[in-house]
Amino acid sequence: MRLEKKGEVLIVRLEGELDHHYASKIKDAIDGAVMVGDVRKIAFDFSRVGFMDSSGIGTIMGRYKLMQAVGGSVSAFGVSKRLDKLISMSGVKKIISIYKNEQDATRGVG
Amino acid sequence: MGHSNDMMIRFPNKSANEGFARVAVAAFVAQLDVTVEELSDIKTAVSEAVTNAIVHGYENLKGYITVKCKICDCVVEISVSDSGHGIADIEKARQPLYTSRPEHERSGMGFTVMETFMDGIEITSALGVGTTVVMKKKVSAGQQD
Ligand SMILES: Nc1ncnc2c1ncn2[C@@H]1O[C@H](COP(=O)(O)OP(=O)(O)O)[C@@H](O)[C@H]1O
Ligand SMILES: [Mg+2]
Repeated sequence: MRLEKKGEVLIVRLEGELDHHYASKIKDAIDGAVMVGDVRKIAFDFSRVGFMDSSGIGTIMGRYKLMQAVGGSVSAFGVSKRLDKLISMSGVKKIISIYKNEQDATRGVG
Repeated sequence: MGHSNDMMIRFPNKSANEGFARVAVAAFVAQLDVTVEELSDIKTAVSEAVTNAIVHGYENLKGYITVKCKICDCVVEISVSDSGHGIADIEKARQPLYTSRPEHERSGMGFTVMETFMDGIEITSALGVGTTVVMKKKVSAGQQD
C-alpha cells in the first residue's frame, strides 16, 4: 500500500489481495495519516487490487466511521466489475462514492 | 463417465494462511475447465470461511483448520472446519451485516458472500466443539483433457 496526500485528500493505493490478513496490516497506517495531516477525504485506489473479500468491506466501513467523526468523507476509484459485485452486495455504496477515475474521486464530483 | 478427485489441507490459525488456502483450493479446482469468474467465486467463499475460522472460531486460541475439497463431474464441494468456540445461533450468524465482532472491523457479510457466490452452504456447529461449513458449487464444464 502507498499513501499519498494531495491537499486535503488522502489517496490510499491498495495493492494485491485485500483480505483480513492484509486489512489488519494497513488500517493503522491509514488512520495514523488521517490523524496527522488535516485529511477531509480518503480516496481508495482499487486499481491494483486483484482479490477482495468481505474484510475489504469492513475496512471501508471502518474508515467511513473515522471520517464521519472528523467531518470528512470516503470515495473510491479503479473498482473492477468483480470488486463492484462485492461492494454492491453490502450496501457500502450508500455511504461512499465510487468514481470512474482518480481526478473525479479526489475532486468529489461526477 | 464420471470424474472425481479430492484433497485435504490442514494448517494453523495464522492469517497468512488465508491466502494459502484459497490459492490451494483454486489450483485444485482448476483441473476442471472452470471459468475465471467461477474460480474467483470459489476463492472468495474459501477466504470467507477460513477467515471466520481464524477470527471467530479460534479468536485468541491456537488451533488447526482443515479444508477439504471434492470434485465430482461438474460439482465442487468444499468444507472448512475448525475446533474452536462454535456458533450459538446459526440463523442470526447468517443474517447480512450481522457480526459479533464489530470492533474488529468485520462487515458481517461473510456468510452472505458465501451464499451468493456458491450454490449451497450448510453450517454445523456446536459450542466449545467447533464449526464446519460445507459449500457446493456447480461449475460450467467438466475435466480438461
Ligand atoms: N467458524 C466460526 N466460529 C465461530 N463463530 C463464527 C464462525 N463463523 C462465523 N461465526 C459467527 O458468525 C458471524 C457472522 O459471520 P460473517 O457473516 O462471516 O460476518 P463477520 O465475519 O464479518 O462477523 C460472526 O460474527 C461470528 O459471530
Ligand atoms: Mg466473516
